[in-house]
Amino acid sequence: MNAVFSNLDLYWVGFRTTLGLAVFAGLIALALGTLLAAMRVSPVPPLRWLGTAYVELVRNTPLTVVFFFFVFVAPQVDIVVPFFASAVAALSVYTAAFVCEAVRSGINSVGVGQAEAARSVGLTFPQVLGHVVLPQAVRSVVPPLVNVLIALAKNTSVAGGFFVAELFGVGKRLTNAYSTDVLAVLIGVALCYLVITIPAGALANRVERRVAVAR
Amino acid sequence: MSTELVLYDEAGPRTRRRILIGSIAGGLLLLVLAFVVYRRLDTRGIFEAERWDIFTDPEVWEAIGRGLLATLKAAGAAAALAAVAGLVLCVLRTSPSPLVRRPAAVTIELFRGLPVVLLMFFAAVVLPVSLFWAVVIGLVIYNSAVVAEILRAGIASLPRGQTEAAAAIGLSDLQTLRLVLLPQAIRRMMPTLVSQLVVLNKDTSLGFIVGYFELLRTVQTLQFFFGDRYLFSFFFVAAGIYILLNVLISRLAIYLERRGSTQAAGGVVPRDLAVVAAGTGENG
Repeated sequence: MNAVFSNLDLYWVGFRTTLGLAVFAGLIALALGTLLAAMRVSPVPPLRWLGTAYVELVRNTPLTVVFFFFVFVAPQVDIVVPFFASAVAALSVYTAAFVCEAVRSGINSVGVGQAEAARSVGLTFPQVLGHVVLPQAVRSVVPPLVNVLIALAKNTSVAGGFFVAELFGVGKRLTNAYSTDVLAVLIGVALCYLVITIPAGALANRVERRVAVAR
Repeated sequence: MSTELVLYDEAGPRTRRRILIGSIAGGLLLLVLAFVVYRRLDTRGIFEAERWDIFTDPEVWEAIGRGLLATLKAAGAAAALAAVAGLVLCVLRTSPSPLVRRPAAVTIELFRGLPVVLLMFFAAVVLPVSLFWAVVIGLVIYNSAVVAEILRAGIASLPRGQTEAAAAIGLSDLQTLRLVLLPQAIRRMMPTLVSQLVVLNKDTSLGFIVGYFELLRTVQTLQFFFGDRYLFSFFFVAAGIYILLNVLISRLAIYLERRGSTQAAGGVVPRDLAVVAAGTGENG
């Protein structure tokens, strides 16, 4: 237990780094993912292809491989950035694909009749999207989106394997330093993750119930 | 339901012209992007033959094959064990007795809320097992919880009459689950379960971080052995293998979904709905 309590400051640094990774990567992924979703539903074929290719490629690539690319392979073509930035880039690129799919399936979940009715009363494309489709899509987008963000919070742990001192990285370092107290050290790390993921999961459930609509 | 039909009508001549202009602009943008990437790679000599001639060496392919085999072995063992453990967790989680149900619910939340790499690391340093089993145990803990939730969502999606009819002919709770609910739930959730295989297969690469010799670790070993010059080529091949494998599994899931929605009794639950119902991020 001593290993945990005498290193609370290290835990705190790790916790902050984990949150930092999640927030930065989350914001970038939300922006990039929404842009990709817009491309995938647009009437312009090349943009649609680009969006589809991105999602198919990234979704089928392990996150570790994406990290490996940004940390080890990118320097080969003279792209050298700090490890934290590499981690944010890897997490954003990866999560954006899932954000895109969540947003797109939300748009698809709106009944065809809604948009048809909107068009038949003479609304223009931006009006159809802004007044009719998106307000309904948001309801079914929010729960999967929260789940994507929870997964992102857990995925930040991969950064610990690529030289970023976030929670998992801190845990790894402490297990080396305190080889007799490994169990306590790791349970401490686990609790820190649960503090983030379990309330977020409960929130997702509540939001889901509140926005659920009968179709 | 295709997006195109939801959002806009069949295009008229003016819109078609506008879409054409947009396509040309978008196409040009794509070409410029591709050219920038190509230049960057080309000026660093990525396309020179000496970066790729390494693949004429059969030993390189043998090493990649061994790495791939290690990845597949971990994924296969974890998938089989997670299916069994998930089934058990699901039975406990849907038990009518709160004394059984509550602990199962807490266990599932715990397992689902922890990063897989942490679970693997935990198994590697705390349990007296080999790295292979540490990777498998990490994968099984997380995925059994996900499988349990997917099955529970499948059971919840069945009409109430199924349970009532089973009770009416005098089946016990466990019999109802085993003979009536689970067979239908598993069938309905098959596409989602197969999609979860993609997640599991991707997560084997976390073994890289705990030191298990899988495909990605093989790439790094090859780099150390043959030199940085070849890193890009090795990485390219390994990433290609992962993508190909996962695309094939995804295709299987889509095939099952299409076939299921026309043939299976009661149909299947579409994957994106199922993911919402089971509350999995899908990118676990």
